[in-house]
Amino acid sequence: MLNFFLRRFVVAVLVALTVLTVTFLLTQFSGDLAISIAGPDASQADIDKIRHLLGLNRPMWIQYFDWLGRAMQGDFGESFFFRDKVWNLIAARLPVTLSLGFVGLALALVVSLPLGILAAVREGSVVDRAVGMVVLFGQAMPSFWLGLILMVVFGLHLGWLPISGTGSWQHYVLPGIVLAFSAVPSLTRLTRSGMVEALTSDYIRTARAKGLTRLSILVKHGFRNAAIPVVSVAAVQLGFMLSGSVVIETVFALHGVGFLAWESISKNDFPVVQAVVLILALMYIGLTLLADLLNAVLDPRLRTG
Amino acid sequence: MSGMTVQAARRSGLLSNWGFFVGAGIVGFCALIALIAPLIVPYDPFAIDLQRRLVPPVFMEGGDPRNFFGTDQLGRDYLSRLIYGTRISMVIGVLTVITSGLIGITLGVVGGFYGGKIDDVVMFIITTRPSIPVVLVALAVAALRGSSFLLVVLVLGLLLWDRFAVVARATTMQIRNLDYVAAAWCSGVSRWWVLTREVLPNIATHLAVVATLEMALAILLEAALSFLGLGVPPPLPSWGLMIAEAKEYMFFQPWVIVIPGAALFVLVLGVNLLGDALRDMMGTDLSR
Repeated sequence: MLNFFLRRFVVAVLVALTVLTVTFLLTQFSGDLAISIAGPDASQADIDKIRHLLGLNRPMWIQYFDWLGRAMQGDFGESFFFRDKVWNLIAARLPVTLSLGFVGLALALVVSLPLGILAAVREGSVVDRAVGMVVLFGQAMPSFWLGLILMVVFGLHLGWLPISGTGSWQHYVLPGIVLAFSAVPSLTRLTRSGMVEALTSDYIRTARAKGLTRLSILVKHGFRNAAIPVVSVAAVQLGFMLSGSVVIETVFALHGVGFLAWESISKNDFPVVQAVVLILALMYIGLTLLADLLNAVLDPRLRTG
Repeated sequence: MSGMTVQAARRSGLLSNWGFFVGAGIVGFCALIALIAPLIVPYDPFAIDLQRRLVPPVFMEGGDPRNFFGTDQLGRDYLSRLIYGTRISMVIGVLTVITSGLIGITLGVVGGFYGGKIDDVVMFIITTRPSIPVVLVALAVAALRGSSFLLVVLVLGLLLWDRFAVVARATTMQIRNLDYVAAAWCSGVSRWWVLTREVLPNIATHLAVVATLEMALAILLEAALSFLGLGVPPPLPSWGLMIAEAKEYMFFQPWVIVIPGAALFVLVLGVNLLGDALRDMMGTDLSR
């Protein structure tokens, strides 16, 4: 067990290092940073000055190790635009994005677990097909468009909820629904297939033969086993949702990390963009590691693999 | 499938056929529209007419039969722009799938075929990819390099190969040890021959399923990027861009965002239906 944890942890650290390198190379290969920062009207002297100021005239590998060393200590440099430490900017907005992520995941689970179980229990029936349609619709729905439509309907016509901004819990409802919509299809599918597999297994037959009630069979024997993949995928899904929040936060002007990244991209504020890419990637890596460990705890068969 | 009753299996077979026909119909229709777009547009999709701005569609009050879906905020014919938008979505989808398919299939087949250390490296690369946030990186690259049609294809193609790699690797591993591959080895053909003539054709159907999924994803992502202003540049009528440009009018005239959004939704639904039907027929397992 410890061996398993250790190996997964080492892989996660290696993945994180690779992401750090990719993030660094991304800005290097995407064009001359100094020219982008200086703007179109800058003279050659200005560009040289910026290059010197930011240390961009040093050899690439020195810049790389310098950046890596600082990033590992949580020092992502200073924002060009906000004149503040990048870390302070991110720390101030992270709670908004995390809240949105958890609201989205909670809503998605509340919808997809019952749907998946229902579809599995009535496999092949009208109900199953209806759930299949819900999954297909969810997959095809462009999240930014759904966001706009919800704004028109609930914000304007019904006037129930605020259209954009940050502040009260109401501001999280519409973005949360949109975010949940993106996770419902895969979670429902997984719950359904896990449940179908569990319900046809030998231990369910044994439970039936013992004369247990239908509810007890479904919950204690079926769902407990079907839940194993769902738990791990939910963790991974949260990682995807956090990085997907860029679009949704921008649509709803919800001032989280995604919105910060969007603002910074349009202002050529690259230290911030780089740091947000990194933070989102690290959170994803952390969540997948957590998913693996949860899986191992819940299902002893996986620990040897 | 093992636990399904015969009845249930028959029903799901029917369902997948139904999905196949609807999906293929939608995708085929869009492909046709994309191909013959210049021949069927009623107007030039770029022609601005400031005298006739935001004319509602024919089926709404105040509609004008000259513009079936009305006109946009610059007086351009909405139907013509929608038709050209089909072209953009289809081309982005197909080109992205080709790019990401080349990368992913190469990686997956090499890893699955050779195994050992090479496979370890491939597995590591596959594990790393999903941790990179696609939308954010695409936005950042577009901001640095300046957004263009080609850049969208390249960025999406370079980022969306992971499912191709996963499926190609898993299916290659299954096939590698089968009798007909052994028979090919025995007949003394080269490694290249085994890879291209024995392995690839037999995993192609599974890869087709992945291709549909990635195409749907690429179309949605292109629309999202264009919506945020860093995808396909204006005045090209990308559906995402049409929604972005119409956004400020949506509270008074919701149809301006409903029409391009609905087109996007229907196309992606069609691609997904097709993919689901293919998956049911092939029994491709996409879970990792």
